[in-house]
Formats: sequence, C-alpha cells, structure tokens
Amino acid sequence: MQQLATDLQASVEDAAAHLYVWALKDIPQDLRDALVDAQARETSVSGRRVLDTIVRNVDVADDAHNLVCQDTGIAVYHARVGEHFPLHPARIYEALRDGTARATLEHPLRSNAVHTITRENTGPNIGYRLPIVHWEFVADWDGLDVKCVPKGSGSENMSFLKMCVPADGVRGIKQFVLESVVDAGGKPCPPGIVGVGIGGSADYAMHLAKEAIMRPIGTRNPDPLVAQLEDELFALLNETGIGPMGLGGDVTVLQCHVEHADTHMTLNPVAVNYQCWAARRASAHISVDGTIDYDREA
Amino acid sequence: MAVHELTFPITDEQDILKLRAGDEVVVQGHIVGIRDRTQIRIFDEGVEPPMDLRGAFLLHTAPNVRKLGPGRYEKVCIGTTTSARMVRFTEPLGARYGVRAICGKGGFPDEAIEPMRAHGMAYLAIVGGAAALETTQIEEIEEVAWEELMPECLWKFRVKDFGPLTVGIDAHGNSLYHDVQARAHAKLEELYARL
Repeated sequence: MQQLATDLQASVEDAAAHLYVWALKDIPQDLRDALVDAQARETSVSGRRVLDTIVRNVDVADDAHNLVCQDTGIAVYHARVGEHFPLHPARIYEALRDGTARATLEHPLRSNAVHTITRENTGPNIGYRLPIVHWEFVADWDGLDVKCVPKGSGSENMSFLKMCVPADGVRGIKQFVLESVVDAGGKPCPPGIVGVGIGGSADYAMHLAKEAIMRPIGTRNPDPLVAQLEDELFALLNETGIGPMGLGGDVTVLQCHVEHADTHMTLNPVAVNYQCWAARRASAHISVDGTIDYDREA
Repeated sequence: MAVHELTFPITDEQDILKLRAGDEVVVQGHIVGIRDRTQIRIFDEGVEPPMDLRGAFLLHTAPNVRKLGPGRYEKVCIGTTTSARMVRFTEPLGARYGVRAICGKGGFPDEAIEPMRAHGMAYLAIVGGAAALETTQIEEIEEVAWEELMPECLWKFRVKDFGPLTVGIDAHGNSLYHDVQARAHAKLEELYARL
C-alpha cells in the first residue's frame, strides 16, 4: 500500500510537470478553431492585423516548440479525485506542487511567484498556497483527473465582483458583465473567454467564474436558463466594439461561459473572471496503477 | 493607414511625429525591456538607470531566459505585459530621459495622452500573448542591468522586423483607446435599454 502511494505520487508529479509545460505550448483544438472563426468574421483593419498575428503565433509556437505566451501564469489545477483513488489529496497537492517546480526549473520557465507583501520571489512558481488547486470529489470511482490551467496576470487582473441585490435581477447581472468587459478594454488580451459566476456567496461566485473559463469553448451550461444567459451575453459583448486587443472591432469575446450555484434569498452575486485569448489548458487521467493518459481537449 | 519602418534609438523627432493613431509600425535596431519593478526603482527609489534611454523604444516585458554565464542570457520566450499598470511613469520617461516610444499591450488610459503629446512620444501596441512570434523577432539579448530584479531587469535587445505594431496613441493627442472607450460607453447605454 505504501509503495503504491509512493508510485502514484510520482505519477501525479510527472503528470503535473508535463501538463504545465504542455498547456503553455500546445493550445487545444476548440480554441484554435475559435481563433480562426474570429479571424474570418473580423472586418476592422487593426482587428484583422491582431487576429492574423495571433493565428500566426500559434503556428510559430507549434513549429518552434515554444510557449504560446511568455506569461507562465500562476499554475491553477482542477483535480477530480475518485472516492477509491488510493492517494490522499494532501499527497496529490504535494505532487502537483513538486511537478510545477520541476517543470519551471527544468524547462526553464519564468518564476512568477512572489510574497504578496515583500514582492520577493518565492521559488519556481510555487510558494505559500501556490499552486492553487480546485478540488472535486467523485463517488464510486477510483481515478484521478488533473487539469492544468496556467492563468496569465493580464487577464486575472481583469476580475470583477458585484453583490447585486435580488431586485437587480438578471438584468443587473447582464449589465455588470457588459460594464466589466468594456472597462477591461484591451488589458486582458481580447478576444477571450468571459467566465461568469452567479449565485452562491461572494467567494464562491468568483470560484465559479474561474471554473467557467476552464471549460472547452462551445460547451454550454446544462441548465437551459443559464445556457440562454450565456448566448445572450456572448451576443451583447460582441456588440460593444472593444475588438481584438481593445483596438476596436467586431470580435470582443470568443465565448461567454456561465457557472451558477443556488444562493441565499437576499443574495445575487455576480463575478467576472476574464480569460485571455491564450486560454491554455491541458489534462491528464491517472489510473490506480499509475498509468497517465494525457488529453489536450478535456 | 500608413505603414512605417523605424530604427531605434531614434535621433530625428520626425520619426515619431509622422506616426498617426491606427498606423502600422515595424521596428529595427535596439529596444529596452522594462517593467513594474524596474520603473519603481528608477522613479520611486530614485536610482539612475545604467542605460541611455534617449530616443529609446521601451518594451513592457519580463522575459523567460536561460542563464549562460555572468550577465549573459539567452532568450527562451519573450513577450509583452499589460501597460496600464505603468502609465504613471510616462511623463518622467519623456521629460527626464527622452524616451520616444513605449510598446506594450492593452493600451494606456487617457492620462498618457498629454505627456505623449508634450514630449513627442508614441504608444505602440503589440499583440499581447503572441510571444512565440515576438521571440523570433528578438535576435539577441545584448545587455542586462539590475539582475537582482529578475525577471524585471532592465534589458537591451537587438531586434529585426519587430511587429506588427499599431500606433495606439500618437504624439498629436489621438488615442485609439480613448475613441474605442467613448464609442463603447455610448453603445452600452443602447444595450442597457434593450435588456
């Protein structure tokens, strides 16, 4: 049992080390398709210049095996842990942290992590409470899924929370998302994915907004009312004219994803977490025997 | 809209004055990498930069590099960061050091318009996130100062066909960002009425 746990921890660390670099270099197909679609529908001169350059950049990254974007971000992982997966989440966390550090040193990658008061670097993209892991626990299952989402600061800085009141209704939610994306302008590297979290509590709404940006482009919220909100926001946001890199144009967002939670009768929180066009993510499934299956598209 | 090729550092002010918001620019020569902590050191801590910035093109960057030896680095991946965080340094960069172009992504807010007009400067917008391509346009890291601020050092790069860049703010008081925001806010009123 002890040997199994040790081997599994090594597998999770290997997976994390691979996923971090892979996510930074090889963006998923749904994003590639969305960027090419955006290129086709943009009509402004500067917007086309931006989107042509973005599509060219993705090709250069493929050919040169280089990072798509220099911002190696903060490493954020989403871990789905099966009830019967024989490695405790405390050890899974250690493995994700060690894998992040190893990838940073071996590649080498830029170390972004600093102490929040002193601003001194705290190590190879690790530090106190870094990396960040979102946990999900799955009953009657013995596997582990890990998704790595390195999030750049340009877009993370464009995060917004408003505690709307019930009387603001869905209209208040839509208005806040529109206002946030317009105020963000070119700073979060549009066109990207606008992640919206609604309901729950203040902190949970932002957590949900981050979950929303981790979804493949084009996936819809399973609740038809929320999916309808996603469609409406997508159309409205693309009417703002912010355009690629905020220089004006037709394509402001590639997609809008909304995640929701039920909430208190007097709460109506809405959080926006912007994801730049370089929406990097990569996943792996780790089996009980330590086998790793990588999946770029999940 | 015109397309310009400029070589930095510039010696003729006309190179900047001829640029108009929306024009395309490609850059040759030498450029200087600078970021938040670099400028905090210069302006808030009062430390003189050990590089000549007259006529310079500054790039908002903190690169991924591999160390080769003392003071020597090779590029791994070099891209551009969000400019807006550093807007307050625009005036002294122009007034005190004679910087002529600031290149970054995402734009500067309106407070940059007047110093850029007063000191004959331009904001050149690069495509944020397109670092793989940008790295191929940087031929060499020629100098680095303030290595203790890694990766937010003061960098000197030699570039070839660096771009395409879009003139976001010109030296005549025009800003694409101002115009886009003004139109978007007018549009928001219309969109809100439809909700």
